[in-house]
Amino acid sequence: MAEALFWPVLIGYGEAAFAYASPRTSRLATWGVRVGWLAQTALLIVQAERTDGFPWATFAGSLNLFVWLVVSTYLIWGCRPRFRLLGLAVMPPVALLFLVARIGGGTTSDAASRYPNLFLVLHVGLVLAAFAGFTLAAALAGLYLWEESRLKRRAPDILRLRLPPLQSLERLTQRAIVVSLPLLTLGLAAGIVRLRQQGASTDPLEWLTLLTWLVYGGFLVTRPAGRRGAYLALAGFVLVVVSRLALAGGHFT
Amino acid sequence: MTAAELTLVGLSHHVAPVELRERVVLDRDEAAAFARDLAPAVCLSTCNRTELYLAGGQEDRAAAALAELAGEPLDGVLYRLHDDDAALHLFRVAAGLDSLIPGEGEILGQVRGAYEAVEPDSLLDRVFRQAIALGKRVRSETAIGENPASVPAAAAALAAQVFGDLTGRRVLLIGAGRVGELAASNLASRGAVIAYVANRSPDAARGLADRFGGRGVPLDASALAHALADVDVVVSSTGAPGFVLHAADVPARRHHPLFFIDIAVPRDLDPEVSRLDGCFLYDIDDLEAVVAETLAGRRAEAERAEALAAEEVERFRRWRASLDVVPAIASLRAHAEEIRAGELAKLDGRVSDEERAQLDSVTSQIVNKLLHLPTVRMKEAAATSDGIVYADALRHLFGLEDGER
Repeated sequence: MAEALFWPVLIGYGEAAFAYASPRTSRLATWGVRVGWLAQTALLIVQAERTDGFPWATFAGSLNLFVWLVVSTYLIWGCRPRFRLLGLAVMPPVALLFLVARIGGGTTSDAASRYPNLFLVLHVGLVLAAFAGFTLAAALAGLYLWEESRLKRRAPDILRLRLPPLQSLERLTQRAIVVSLPLLTLGLAAGIVRLRQQGASTDPLEWLTLLTWLVYGGFLVTRPAGRRGAYLALAGFVLVVVSRLALAGGHFT
Repeated sequence: MTAAELTLVGLSHHVAPVELRERVVLDRDEAAAFARDLAPAVCLSTCNRTELYLAGGQEDRAAAALAELAGEPLDGVLYRLHDDDAALHLFRVAAGLDSLIPGEGEILGQVRGAYEAVEPDSLLDRVFRQAIALGKRVRSETAIGENPASVPAAAAALAAQVFGDLTGRRVLLIGAGRVGELAASNLASRGAVIAYVANRSPDAARGLADRFGGRGVPLDASALAHALADVDVVVSSTGAPGFVLHAADVPARRHHPLFFIDIAVPRDLDPEVSRLDGCFLYDIDDLEAVVAETLAGRRAEAERAEALAAEEVERFRRWRASLDVVPAIASLRAHAEEIRAGELAKLDGRVSDEERAQLDSVTSQIVNKLLHLPTVRMKEAAATSDGIVYADALRHLFGLEDGER
């Protein structure tokens, strides 16, 4: 069943990744995202039902869940006709990451972790949800910087190749971070409580995630406008990427 | 015998100068009255064209009527198109393809207005309904009308590219020039508030400010500094020989962008303004470059719109061809039915009711089967240029009266 659901997801996301390239096919792209997301939701449900334990604790498994969370946040905040270029920024890496998750065995239903389910749901689920929100915020910040630079240099094609308005991009970046930071806070707290219970020491990944929290916390406190805000969102995202890669080191194994 | 001919007689910006066009331009009621004199006709009259679409004859009368309106002979400028060519012209007009600015949307409303102002016959009704549907289709399926085609509209669209919705955005208008006023009107039409009008002449500033519901302020450094702290967009179009606003006079904007539109020549605003954080500056050259780019985009989209117009003409041609063939088919069937009913009537009183019913059914089936293939072939022929030939042959072979049509 999980195998049968993999292909609709990949086809949906893959189609969206290409179809967002042209305004004429962007509506088809949106349908690709929706169909892919529904199929991936079904895939995650099948994985949860069939696995004895939390199925997304491995690097590849967490990547699968992360992809779903990124697409979910994109569907909530970014899936609009005028945000076609955001779709073009988000969907190709999403399709690629989903493929990597599959190659790493993250879309099957036989992976489990020795950690209790409640902890994993709280810790992994919340941290990944926050990372998904930060990913979308980074894509929006990237678009902001591009759009701002085009406006500054008065690009003649600014209305032909139209991005969302500058202030909409800024507002959405802030909103994505405002929603994601509490999730990261709760996810981190769950991890710290678990560490205390086990009497274990903090590993480098946890320090890195804490640093990520500080960067986004700083963003929330100072609410930097314009370019400064976009750069800070991207700096935080660099830490998110490093954290995601560090997960491959076997944080839960 | 063929269906009524569609004829177009008219003149437009392509062939007639404005001095001539303005003499034949009619408002909606005048155009409707003009069309009624030549009925069945529809008169489309805008600042760029006056065209008469006629079903049937009256072509020369229409040309003479237009010449009378113009007060001079129109031999060199009047165009006359017929049938498919006339339909294609109307479709291109409704799609905005024949407009001065390709894809402009106003013309579709004008075509609809001309059509609704009269009671057209079936031919004009059909061609105008097709034209209006095509106009809508072109706007929904192509991006021909999406981007601005004038400097004031481009200025407003660029401001929206920074702020999104312009509702409630505050505007400072420097100078009371015509182009600046147009840009301000464009911004206001998108919901922006013209909060201040600054001008060397306090009366002119107040006059323009009153029209927009804003406040007139003097054109001096302190008034500008105060206004700049309170607005999102600045539109400048004075006739001043030098800069009226220097970068050093612009207050720092930490959280809100400030968008400057400089339409004046020579420029009013110090180009260094564009280097300030959160400030965006577009001068007249930048705006014209943006408009040129969007017009190029419109022309690219126009190719797709032309293809849609060609499709529509093909549909119109098929429909016209069916007008020639369908009456012939109907006459043939009526003729056959008349013969069948006549022959059956000869049996009255000689057969029982039951036998009569059976004969009625059998003869009906024979007639239907005999006429099925010719009917199908005739309908197929209707889609080609041979339709009228087939229809005439049918009438000739079966002796169908023209009056039956």
